[in-house]
Amino acid sequence: MSHSPVATYFLNIKNSLVSSMEGMAVTMSWLFRKPYTVQYPYAPVEPNKRLGGPETLPERYRGFLEVDIDICTACLACERACPIECIRIDVEKRVQAHDPEQKEQRMLVRFDIDMAKCMFCGLCSEPCPTGAIRHTGHFEAPVTSTEHLYMRFVDPAKPRLPYKVKKGEEPVTKPKGQIAQALYVDRKWNQGPIDFPEIPKAPVEPPPA
Amino acid sequence: MQALIQLMRDVFPSIPAAIEPYLATAVLLIAAFVLVVFAAIYAGVFIFFERRIAGRIMSRVGPNRVGPHGLLQFIADAVKLMIKEDIIPEAADRPLFRLAPYLVFMGVVAGFVVIPVSPHIIAADLNIGLLYVLAITSIAVVGVLMSGWASNSKWALFGGMRSAAQIVSYEIPNGLALLPAVLLSGTMSTQGIILAQGGAPNAPFYLAGGVPWNWYLFHSPMTMALFVVYMLAALAEGARIPFDLPEGESELVSGYNTEYSGFRFGAYFTAEFAHTWIAAGLAVIVFLGGWQVPFVQASTILNSQGWSMVGFEILAMTMFMAKMVAVIFIIIQLRWTLPRVRVDQMMVICWKYLLPITFVAVFLVLGWMLVLPWESPVAIAIRILMVVSALAVLGHYIKRVHYAILAAHDQAWMSFKVLPKFWI
Ligand code: SF4
Ligand code: SF4
Repeated sequence: MSHSPVATYFLNIKNSLVSSMEGMAVTMSWLFRKPYTVQYPYAPVEPNKRLGGPETLPERYRGFLEVDIDICTACLACERACPIECIRIDVEKRVQAHDPEQKEQRMLVRFDIDMAKCMFCGLCSEPCPTGAIRHTGHFEAPVTSTEHLYMRFVDPAKPRLPYKVKKGEEPVTKPKGQIAQALYVDRKWNQGPIDFPEIPKAPVEPPPA
Repeated sequence: MQALIQLMRDVFPSIPAAIEPYLATAVLLIAAFVLVVFAAIYAGVFIFFERRIAGRIMSRVGPNRVGPHGLLQFIADAVKLMIKEDIIPEAADRPLFRLAPYLVFMGVVAGFVVIPVSPHIIAADLNIGLLYVLAITSIAVVGVLMSGWASNSKWALFGGMRSAAQIVSYEIPNGLALLPAVLLSGTMSTQGIILAQGGAPNAPFYLAGGVPWNWYLFHSPMTMALFVVYMLAALAEGARIPFDLPEGESELVSGYNTEYSGFRFGAYFTAEFAHTWIAAGLAVIVFLGGWQVPFVQASTILNSQGWSMVGFEILAMTMFMAKMVAVIFIIIQLRWTLPRVRVDQMMVICWKYLLPITFVAVFLVLGWMLVLPWESPVAIAIRILMVVSALAVLGHYIKRVHYAILAAHDQAWMSFKVLPKFWI
């Protein structure tokens, strides 16, 4: 639609006044709403319950990692995906003591994540076939040393069988955040790393590049 | 001095005559001191409000750590600025670089001299008050240009040049928009303009004092247009959004004060906010009836004695401050609503829109004054009509605010359900 120059002139005046008023109505309306900001260290009594829950943080928020070792298939996809190699998984062929056939089986002897190194890129959780490794809503773990953020999910003294995916069956997992709650939050801030016995000395290969 | 002593005699007759001169001197010294810190405190409170309101508009909280609700934040900021290292660039023109901020600051502080916050609280009631304040605040542009040149920095120079271009252009609509008040009241004294907005001395009570239909704002459609023109020009003079081209932090780092730090930067900062106070103060004086109290004759206030005078002073001051804060609020809100205009748009707004509108409006006001004298019943009826139409615009605005609140909660449909039809 084209107007004569005179009409355009007055239309410009009208439009600028009306649109400014509309804009001011929008900004004014914000003065009658509660600010979205949470006064973080002061406001929530239980920060992780208030903030880590799905109600304030988005579903795909990339907080601390947790691994539900019960459904980990030991496929090493996450270890390979990590660009800075902060996941360390060791799989060994072992014979189960109580196994009558004395067959050698792949056993998960180590699953460590150095959360102090992790950059929360999310590349590890993407290829995981079962959703065992995942980001949680937890983000708060003050510690006195970066060693305390070295998270271990398998006790080397008790190697475990990897999870086998069965056809037509969804892996059953714990609610997201439950493992992280125990690992990062319920521990005291100066408690130190999780003390598993020293890893039995086996020739440690560098992870495949 | 004599007037002050006389005033003290009137208000507090019990003061012994021997100490009167000393007391008056002390009062004057305190008043001078107050005027100097006045601008700083004004600016500080303004900065506090601005930051809190900006916070809320952005759904943040804003400063809230220092003092109750962050009220003392500006003091902390000032102390921080004062103890910061004072850097002068090597290639700068040192004397000019040092002089410029104080020139800007003085230009603005001197403007406070003629701003009357109540019938008696005014530093000097000059008979050329309006002209004086327009002239003295324009000295700031010299300081701005000076700082741009002396900094020897491209950004600063750009900022200074833009500021000069802007202030020189907008000075014209700014001054002309205030002209109707001079025409209608027949004086340039700020007190005189306020007194003229109080109705005739023998007016019935519904026409007496600072009732809205005595304000020059509602004199006619033209003065309403001129009020808008004045506000826009004042924003441009104070380099506020949408006319903050001299600072344009996305283009010019920080404009003319890029190279400044520490106390000198603080002086710029304070001057800029104090300038907005003056612009708002002028708007209140010229368009919104100043300190006039509704339904109370100005002569009643001026002739009151003793404690009733103190009461009237406080009442009048409250009226003035309330209007001033309302205008300031609009200025702050505009800043967080509008984007920055381009340089060419800034010039177009001034020369193609504001200036013709001002000329036409001033001439129409002249004609209006010939046809409809201030006290004629038709003029009074039109003024009341103007007030009603302004209230209608306000009502529409509130409606839109309400709608925006509902829409933000995905409840815009509610307005269709609970509100009567005309509300939507
Ligand atoms: S989030 Fe990124 S950096 Fe952290 S463990 Fe996973 S892949 Fe590695
Ligand atoms: S956590 Fe997931 S990706 Fe990593 S080894 Fe276990 S199953 Fe594979």
